[in-house]
Parts: sequence; C-alpha cells; structure tokens
Amino acid sequence: MGTYIVRRILQMILVLLIVTIIVFLMIRLLPGDPILMYLTSSDLEEITQEQVDAIRHDLGLDRPLFVQYFDWIGNVITGDLGNSIIHRGKVGDDIKRRLPITLHLGGLAFIISIVIGIPMGVIAAVRRGTWLDNILTSLGNLGITIPVFWLGILLIYAFGLKLDWLPVFGYTSPFKDFALNTQQIILPVFCLAVPPIASAVRLTRSSMLEVMRQDYVRTAWSKGLRERAVIMKHALKNGLIPVVTLKGMTLAAIVGGSVLVETVFSIPGMGRLAVEGLFSQDYAVVQGVILVASIVVLVTNLLIDLSYGWLDPRVRYG
Amino acid sequence: MDKEKSTVSEEAKQSLEFSEAPPRVNALRRFLKVFLGRPVVVIGAFIILVLLILAIIPGWIAPYDPNKQDLSIVLLQPNAEHLLGTDALGRDLLSRIIFGARTAVMVGVVALGIAAISGMILGLIAGYFGGITYAIIMRFIDALMAFPVMLLALAIAALLGGGLVNVMIAIGVGMMSGYARVMCGQALSVKENDYVLAARSSGASNIRIMFRHVLPNCFPPMIVLMTMMIGMTILFEAGLSFLGIGITEPTVAWGSLVNDGYKYLLTHPLLSTAPGVAIIVVVYAFNMVGDGLRDAIDPRLRGTF
Repeated sequence: MGTYIVRRILQMILVLLIVTIIVFLMIRLLPGDPILMYLTSSDLEEITQEQVDAIRHDLGLDRPLFVQYFDWIGNVITGDLGNSIIHRGKVGDDIKRRLPITLHLGGLAFIISIVIGIPMGVIAAVRRGTWLDNILTSLGNLGITIPVFWLGILLIYAFGLKLDWLPVFGYTSPFKDFALNTQQIILPVFCLAVPPIASAVRLTRSSMLEVMRQDYVRTAWSKGLRERAVIMKHALKNGLIPVVTLKGMTLAAIVGGSVLVETVFSIPGMGRLAVEGLFSQDYAVVQGVILVASIVVLVTNLLIDLSYGWLDPRVRYG
Repeated sequence: MDKEKSTVSEEAKQSLEFSEAPPRVNALRRFLKVFLGRPVVVIGAFIILVLLILAIIPGWIAPYDPNKQDLSIVLLQPNAEHLLGTDALGRDLLSRIIFGARTAVMVGVVALGIAAISGMILGLIAGYFGGITYAIIMRFIDALMAFPVMLLALAIAALLGGGLVNVMIAIGVGMMSGYARVMCGQALSVKENDYVLAARSSGASNIRIMFRHVLPNCFPPMIVLMTMMIGMTILFEAGLSFLGIGITEPTVAWGSLVNDGYKYLLTHPLLSTAPGVAIIVVVYAFNMVGDGLRDAIDPRLRGTF
C-alpha cells in the first residue's frame, strides 16, 4: 500500500505539471497578444507603441517561453496568480474569497450524490424489474438529461416566485447567518446534485446487476445468507469499483456545473468569477480559476484513488 | 497478474461465444430485435429523425422567420397565431425553437466528431505503441480530464473568440479525453490478437496495422460511446449558449433562448421554459437510443460507461 500511495502521488505531481503547462500555454500561444493579460484594450489605445514595448520588456514577455513559464510557475507556487486588469487587485485574493463558496456548494452536492445516488442504484438493482426499479431508473435517465441551468430557473419560478418559500438569489456566509445561508443554498445545491445523483444511480445499478450474476454471489446465496448479508458484504464492495472511478469524474462535472448554477442563482462563487473574467477579457482571472479548479479536482481524485486501493486489493499489489 | 488472467478468461469467453454464434444474418436480426424491442428506444429514434428534419429544413416548417422583429406584438401570450407566444422583440418563439434545432445538431455533431476523432487517434497511438508513448499520451489525457469541460470550453472560447466554429472546437477538445481512454483500453487488448501478429509477420507497417486491423475492431464500443455522448455534447452547447459564450445573434440556440426569457420569468414563464423542454426531449431521445444501441451491440459494455 505504501508504494502504491507514493506512486500515485508522484503520478499526480506529473499530471499537475502538465496541467500547469497547458494552462500557461493556453494564454501564451493562442491568438492574441499576451500583453492583453496586463492591459485593457482601452489602455492600448491611449499609449504609444514604445510604451507598450517598454511594458512588455518590464514584464519579461520578450524572453523565451520556457523562462517565462518558470517565472510564472514560481509565482504560482507562492500563491501569486497575477493581477486582474480590471480592478488591478490580485487574482489570488479574488479566488481565495470565492473558492470557499464553490467548495461549500459543490462539496455538499458531491456528498449528497454519494449518499443518495449509490443506495438508490443498489435498491434499483436488487429490486430489478419492479415498479421501484422502473421509477429509480427513469429518474436516473431524466437526471442526466435535464440542463442544470433550466432546472434552476424552474425551481426559482416554483419555489421562489410562485410559492415564495425560499430566497432565490445570492449567498450569505454561513458564519454570518446560518439560517439564511441554508435557505439560500437549498436550490442551488439540489441543482448541482441532480446530474451526479443520476449518473451514480445508473452506473451503480448496472454494475451491481453485473456483480450479482457472479459465481461468488451465487455461492453466498446458496450458503443460505440473508439478502442483506449477500448484498452488503459480498456484492457491494465489488459493485462499487466502477462507481468510485465515476466519482472522480463527477467532481470535475460539478465544478463545471457550478459555472451555470452560480450564474442562475447569482452566487458569487468561482464559476461565476470565470464567466465575469471571460466577459471583461480579464484573462489572468480565467487562467487562475481554471488552474485552481483543476488542482482541486486532481487532489480529490488522488484521495478517491487511494480509497479505490482500499476497495480493490488488486490495485494495492498490482 | 490478476488483470492478465481476467483478460484471458474474457477472451476465452469471447471465442466460446463466437463458436456458438449463429450466422451473420441472424446477428443482424437479433440486433434489430433488441434495439427496436423497447418502445422508448423507438420513440427516441423517431424524435431524432424529427430533429434532423427540423435541423435540415427549419425554414419549411417554422411558421415565421425566427429573427423577424415586430415591435407591435412583443411579449404575446400563446395564441392561435403564435402557438408559444412572442419574445421581447416580437419574434415568434416556436419558430426560434425550431431554428435552434439546427444549431444544436450542428454543434453537437461537429463537436462530437472533433472529440471522437482526436480522442480515438490519441488513444489508438497510446494503446498500440504502449511504453513511453502510452505514458506521455495518457498523462496528457489525465491532465485534460482534470479540467472541468465547462471551464475548459469557456477558456478556449475566450481565447479563440466567439463564433460557432470555436464553440465546436472548445467542446470537442473538452470532451476528447473520454474517447481517448476507452480507445486506448480497446487498442491495448485488440493488438494482442493473432490477426495482428499475422499482419505483422506478413510485413504490414505499423500505420497499416493500426488503421486496418486494430481500429476497426475497436469500433463497437466507440460507436456506443459516441451515441451516448451526443446528448451530453448538446447539453454543453446549451450551457455555453446559456452563458452567452460563442453563440451570438442572429444564430438561434436553445440555451440563449432560455437566458433571454429568464428576465420575463414571472410574467412569461414559457419564454425560458419551452426551449428547455426542447433540450430535454432531444437529449433524452439521444440517451435512450444510446442505451438501446449499447444493449443491442454489446450488453457487456453496460458497466463501462
């Protein structure tokens, strides 16, 4: 297990390195002058070409690309993600303020998707062909179909505007006003959780059905074990292996979904920050958000993979 | 070690099934029987057919020009002339939804093509050559998978600028990692077959073996994966157009219709909910057909996607 953990961490560092290279090149190599990271287009109209060149030199943008990369990565490691061209403040500070909000909503949605989605999938598989299975399967199929932003709008219409049960906009810190915060996040967290719940139901169901056909499960049945013991002790652990793999991808999907959900519910999270950055052509912000988001995904994936080693002993010794 | 064992038994199973398999005609018949056996799959296929017709000839079907503004009839509630009412500029909502089908199909198909072709080629190279090539390509794919597709598409759209083509590229690049992974796994197992060895011993080049012998035998799961991903691709397109990224007037997209109507939610809820229903119907149809195709082609793929 020890070597497995070390190998997995080394692998993650390698992937992280590639991620930083992609994020770096994304801004530098694609069409458009990287100077736009530091100057707005109205700045460019006001100053002369010589001044632009001087700024370019000061920023080190005339040096070889790989030198610039090491410069940039050095700053990133110390938490400096560059400055916003709009409000001139540090992008790192923006992200520090907004990341907790996205993590709060996304984390809850992620946990809910596991706690609700997996048992629903197991029940559907165990009660295969019954009305319960039909309902759960249909809900699963519907859940991977509904656009989250549309679901959000529908919920706002029903619970916010028509029934007036819940506030529909904004985000208050739970440390400031816990009750209001809870009311505010119910709908967005539900929206974020629907697609991962649905995909967990679908995959858990098919994976459990597959496992329950295996010989060792038949053996468990023929030993006279009760259904609970067969399912929980023999089938579940193997049935969950593909689901754990899926959960790693789910996280990236939730972070992606938060871009939409935060827009619908006017929540000042990181997803919203990326959209704002995009529309104000504040590329340092977009770059910072995508880098931080992928680091979050990678670290969580590492944790998930380590739990995978616990589920599937073959991974530990393989 | 265990992994090897399981592939061996998998192969043994395959060859066993092969020897018992009925002649090809019956295989096709069985495929159709399973595929058309569930009503929901047939309905899904029918919806897709309707969608394609709408996408090809929206002008013949839509009652009005989707971009014709008429400020004397703004924000009409549904009536006999405008079945779903009109928007804030007096444009007929039904016609706009019908024209939105073209955008959804076009972006969906092209983005899917970009994702599938680039992912397949990368996966094929990685799986076929193995070793250091495999390691480099798959770490790159791992890195790509760490980016949330929505954010990656957003960043690419930001950098390439607006426009339908850039949205297609953005979604395509964002989604290619799944294809690469499945393809790589397929290529790894297919290349161990005797016919690959036979081809190599008869002097075929690597390129020829890869594209003539390995690739075609990897197709069935790829086709299933592609069908199952069309729905998701259309969802991404809808999401990006909802945010207003890439797709701008006069191109009509379902996501931007939802966003346009959002402002009038309290008084005219249909404006933003009706285009959403169009998205759901179409994506549901693709998902159901994808499931049906998977069951018909190879039920063993069930746990894979």
